[in-house]
Amino acid sequence: MIKGILGKKLGMSQIFNEAGDIIPVTIVEVGPCYVIQKKIKERDGYDALQIGFVSKKSTRVNKPLKAHQDRAGKGYFYHLREVDCDDVSLVDVGQEIKIADVFSKGETIKVTGISKGKGFAGVVRRHGFGGLPASHGSLILRETGSIGTATTPGRVIKNKKMAGQLGNKQVTIKGITIVDVQEDKHLVALRGAVPGPKGQIVMLKKQEV
Amino acid sequence: MNIVDAFEKAQMKQDLPEIRIGDRVRVATRIVEGARQRSQLFEGVVIARHRGNNRDSITVRKQSYAVGVERVFPLHAPSVEKIEVISRAKVRKAKLYYLRQRRGKAARLKELRG
Repeated sequence: MIKGILGKKLGMSQIFNEAGDIIPVTIVEVGPCYVIQKKIKERDGYDALQIGFVSKKSTRVNKPLKAHQDRAGKGYFYHLREVDCDDVSLVDVGQEIKIADVFSKGETIKVTGISKGKGFAGVVRRHGFGGLPASHGSLILRETGSIGTATTPGRVIKNKKMAGQLGNKQVTIKGITIVDVQEDKHLVALRGAVPGPKGQIVMLKKQEV
Repeated sequence: MNIVDAFEKAQMKQDLPEIRIGDRVRVATRIVEGARQRSQLFEGVVIARHRGNNRDSITVRKQSYAVGVERVFPLHAPSVEKIEVISRAKVRKAKLYYLRQRRGKAARLKELRG
C-alpha cells in the first residue's frame, strides 16, 4: 500500500456538508504522480517509492537527473520525493499514482509543506510573549526581558525562545480530514488550512494509528 | 485560481430567482427539531447582498412586533429551501443600511410595478 502522494495547494474555499454546516476547506490538486524509482530493502535498506510530480521540459533537466528519470519513461518532473510503501513488489516503475490509489473520502491524514515566510520576527509575534508594561514609565514594550539567571549557570540555556526567522520552514499538520475527492479532476478538499501559500507543493501522508 | 472558482461554481444552486436589493422576499428554511423537520418562513426586505460564488448571501430585514430583525441567508446552503420574490422596489443604493435608522412610514420603499 502506498502511503503518500504529492499535491499542489490551490487555495481555500468552503463547502456545505450533509447537515448543512459550512466547512472551511483547502483545495489541493493531487497527482497524478509517477513512480520513478523503487527502493528495495535488500539493496537500499528500506522499502519506498520515489514519485515525480509536475512535469518538466526535457531541456530543463540536467544529464544525471535525465538518466535517472528515463528509467521510468514517463518524462521529467520538478518534484521528486520518496513515500513509504508496504509492498513495493505490487508497484511497477513508471506506474501512475492517483488520489484514489492512496486515499479515500473521510480519511484523516497528515499534510507536510513549507509554511509562509514571515521574515525576522520579534519575540511577541514569533513566540506569543506578552511584551513588557505599556505604562508606569516603561520605555521598552515588545522586548523579551530577562533571558536567564546571573552567575549560576552563567550562560543562557539552549533553545531559549528569542527573535529570529518565522515561517518558511517545513511544517506537518496532523489530523486533517479529507472532505471531498474528485477523481476526474485530481482534486481533494481538505478540512481546514494546509501549510504554505497557494501553489505550494504539499505531501499528503497516511496517519499512523 | 480558476480551478477553485470552478469547484465553487459546481456547488451553486441553479434554480435561484433573480434577487435584487430592495426586493421583498419570503425565504423558507429547513429546521431540524430532533427527528422532525419543518419549514420556517421569513419575510422581509433584502437590504444587502454579498457576492462570491457559493458564498453568496443576502441580508433580509423585517419588523417583528416593532423590533427590527435581520437574518443573513447563505443562498446556496441546503438549509435554504426556497426563496420567493414578492415585490420589487425602486432603490438607489446597493446596501440599504439606512433603513435601520428608520421606522414606520419612513422605512417604506417605493414599489416598482410592471
